[in-house]
Amino acid sequence: MTIPIEYYLILSGFMFLTGVVGVLTRRNAIVVFMSIELMLNSADLTFVAFSSYLGNSIGQVFVFFVMTVAAAEAAVGLAIIIAVFRNKKTVNIDEINILKW
Amino acid sequence: MSLEITLFVIFALAAAVSAVMVVTRSNPVIAALFLVVNFGSLAGLFLTLHAQFIAVTEIIVYAGAIMVLFLFVIMLIKPENEQKFLAVNKKIKLTAVFLAALILVQIAYIILFANPSARLNPDLNASVQAGTIESIGTLIFTKYILPFEAAGYLLLAATIGALVLAKKKFE
Repeated sequence: MTIPIEYYLILSGFMFLTGVVGVLTRRNAIVVFMSIELMLNSADLTFVAFSSYLGNSIGQVFVFFVMTVAAAEAAVGLAIIIAVFRNKKTVNIDEINILKW
Repeated sequence: MSLEITLFVIFALAAAVSAVMVVTRSNPVIAALFLVVNFGSLAGLFLTLHAQFIAVTEIIVYAGAIMVLFLFVIMLIKPENEQKFLAVNKKIKLTAVFLAALILVQIAYIILFANPSARLNPDLNASVQAGTIESIGTLIFTKYILPFEAAGYLLLAATIGALVLAKKKFE
């Protein structure tokens, strides 16, 4: 355990903010989704880093649940993208604006 | 340099670079493949943290299942390529990147200021013990049995929801 935990935390912050930039700037709904996965994974990295440095498994149990939720979220989200594509023939989130007024 | 630090540097660089690539590539298939690289290097980072079970689950669930789902949907709807990252709305995107960099500096400052490694005294044996499948499984099936069952129901609901949503027509 020669690596200071700060390195892991800063790497995790970098990945999270990359995901944030992806969500805010990309217009393709699938890439936006991938950026969300990136953010979830960076949170996982923080959990596992603290769990390992504290010698406590609970953080890793939580990562297990995060992965479950991520899998469920990916399945439902991609189904929604398919349903939207069937109606609008596009996945560009600038053109999916039926709820805007 | 010890092996641990070498591995950390390699995996951390791979994770950071592939994360940037996911966001900047205009072709979604290439972005998805870089996301697989990102998941692989994260699994490596989990191994440097002695979290064997989570590392294997990361590969199986994320790189295996979720990315196959993503690639399937990309194949099904064949989205047109976006323009290059900075081709449109250059000012807004540069502002977003600048703000993200600013927030990253803030986060890094807060982390370094709080100095968590001075308060932690990591114990190698406890760390290895925490990452084994025995200790995680014991916790999941005793103290966290209720969230575990709830996760099962969540997956069932997600399966049914995905089937209903992706069906040809709403009844």
